[in-house]
Amino acid sequence: MGQTINGLLRRHGLLLAFLVFLGGVAVNADAFLTLGNILDVLRQVSITGMMALGVTFVVLTGRLDLSVGSMLTLLTVIVVDQHNVAGPFLAIVMTLLAGLALGAFNGLLVGFVGLNSLIVTLAMLSFLQGLVLFYSGGSNVNIANAQETWFKVFGRGDFLGLPVPVIVFLMGAVIAGFVLQFTTFGRRIYGVGGNETASIFSGIDARWTVFWAYVVSGLTTGVAAIIMGSRVMGAQNTIGQGYELTVLAGVILGGTSLLGGSGSIWRTVIGISMLGFIQNGLLLLGFAYYVQWLVTWAVIIIAVWIDLGAKRGRIFA
Amino acid sequence: MSVVTDNRAGSPLSGLLRLLLRNHIWVFLALTVIVFSLSSPYFLTVNNIGNILTQGAFIGILAIGMTMVMIDGEIDLSVGAILALASALAIGLQDHMGVWPAVFLGLMSGAALGFLNGTLVALSGMHSFIVTLGGLIGIRGLVFVYSGENALMVPDFSYTEIPEIYLGPISLTAMLFFALAFFFQWVLSSTRHGRETYAVGDNIEAAHDAGINVKRHKIINFTICGTLAAVCGILLSMRLGTAEPNAGKIWELWTIIAVVLGGTRLQGGFGSMWMTIGGVLTLAVLRNGLRLLNTPNYVELMVMGGVLVLALVLDKLLNHKGDT
Repeated sequence: MGQTINGLLRRHGLLLAFLVFLGGVAVNADAFLTLGNILDVLRQVSITGMMALGVTFVVLTGRLDLSVGSMLTLLTVIVVDQHNVAGPFLAIVMTLLAGLALGAFNGLLVGFVGLNSLIVTLAMLSFLQGLVLFYSGGSNVNIANAQETWFKVFGRGDFLGLPVPVIVFLMGAVIAGFVLQFTTFGRRIYGVGGNETASIFSGIDARWTVFWAYVVSGLTTGVAAIIMGSRVMGAQNTIGQGYELTVLAGVILGGTSLLGGSGSIWRTVIGISMLGFIQNGLLLLGFAYYVQWLVTWAVIIIAVWIDLGAKRGRIFA
Repeated sequence: MSVVTDNRAGSPLSGLLRLLLRNHIWVFLALTVIVFSLSSPYFLTVNNIGNILTQGAFIGILAIGMTMVMIDGEIDLSVGAILALASALAIGLQDHMGVWPAVFLGLMSGAALGFLNGTLVALSGMHSFIVTLGGLIGIRGLVFVYSGENALMVPDFSYTEIPEIYLGPISLTAMLFFALAFFFQWVLSSTRHGRETYAVGDNIEAAHDAGINVKRHKIINFTICGTLAAVCGILLSMRLGTAEPNAGKIWELWTIIAVVLGGTRLQGGFGSMWMTIGGVLTLAVLRNGLRLLNTPNYVELMVMGGVLVLALVLDKLLNHKGDT
């Protein structure tokens, strides 16, 4: 019986806590639970959310990806710059290809060379930031014809009353969730993350699985960069700085284990949305902007601790 | 395996080779020093060496604490934020209580936050990456709440003269770095706490079974790491005379780079302060040398990334675990 309560807590404790928080803010701030506000929050989280989808794949294999923030900067600079040179369509294609290539490079170093993922992606964080400055020459880039281009649809457009970035994010989440749950590749991700040795003995090539997880991460960061470029219509050289930590915080908050093998896309969607709603809710309640960081700190610790405690069956290690 | 321990293990040459391979960071440091000395006339001057040591000392002091935590098999991402808070408190509180009490409270804030990190890790069993990632976000929030987005200015500029003590070209900051590094090397190699650090990092179950109080042990090391971050923050506030809320941002990453470059392993159980000093100096020499050569900023970032990957590959090729 204790087992079922634990099971319930483990599966839905996070969602319950989230609902309690939403209710608490809604009572105190009228504007919170309006459709317009909710769509605003979702629009804000669509960029980090999109990145978090790919990072979830990486974390599920028991690896980390700290390079996505710098990667977002680089890809946003590329999409904005190439939009002026090669036109929107080619710019998008190039950005996605660049994202795939960067992900593949990470995947090569972690999956095949077998280097520690934290350090490799940390090195990439530094390297890609250098590449950004090299590419842009240190100056900000802007889209010249911001009003006319159809490229603006990704960040600013609406379709059937929903913001396009939110639709992209939710579609991405559905596809990513489907891939993880119902395809061989998805099951292999869980296998490698759960027990790498066992997965290798079961005939899974862990190297390729890890490789493709990083490629997915690069791809989703590419999509996020397109949304970002379209929303801002420009790119500063530090536009994605620190995003890797927000993204990881969202993934962790969702309850996906850093050890790999346990977690899911819907958890990441909840985690990253929670961060967005916390930020929005605190602002609506009239707190200073940076108070959300303090709350995020507390929420991460409490959420992960409860999650871990429920799995373990006791609170303290 | 093959390079280091084949049948020539007895000869003095292979002994030397093994020594060099195990301390490859020092070989690399020597190489970079030679390259920069040949390419810039300003590099190998007494003044510039003094500069390098002072510049490196800040990351270096952070790296000492990080090494302790890393040998334990843990990581501390919050050092940059702790540094900023200590620096803000040390300057901001001076109006209310005078210089030294403010500095003391700055130090204590670092110790307290380190203690909090360690306690959370030990009691919850969460990975320290998560705990200190939360800390990185939240403590930075504390800094902003305290300073209200403004850079705090020191009321009396005699404060900035405190670290202006030189022994030849070597600044007080650099001396402090070396003193702390030597002290903690002594702790690691000659005290019970040091031996326990390696034991816990190598095999935490075995360490626990051997009677080591693993939780208390980890709390102590996280407290050391937080305190040293505060030391770094206070030295920075003395050097600059101001405390910016964004001070020390992504310094935790530079610190990890320095420690890993030195050869200490993230998996724990392996490393030393000698390695960390080597890593810190290499990082400082690279940054200084590249600037002297007038290379653009991006080259520095790219070289750091490249060197880090190279160091990992080398480490993998030369020193497989259990080979040392």
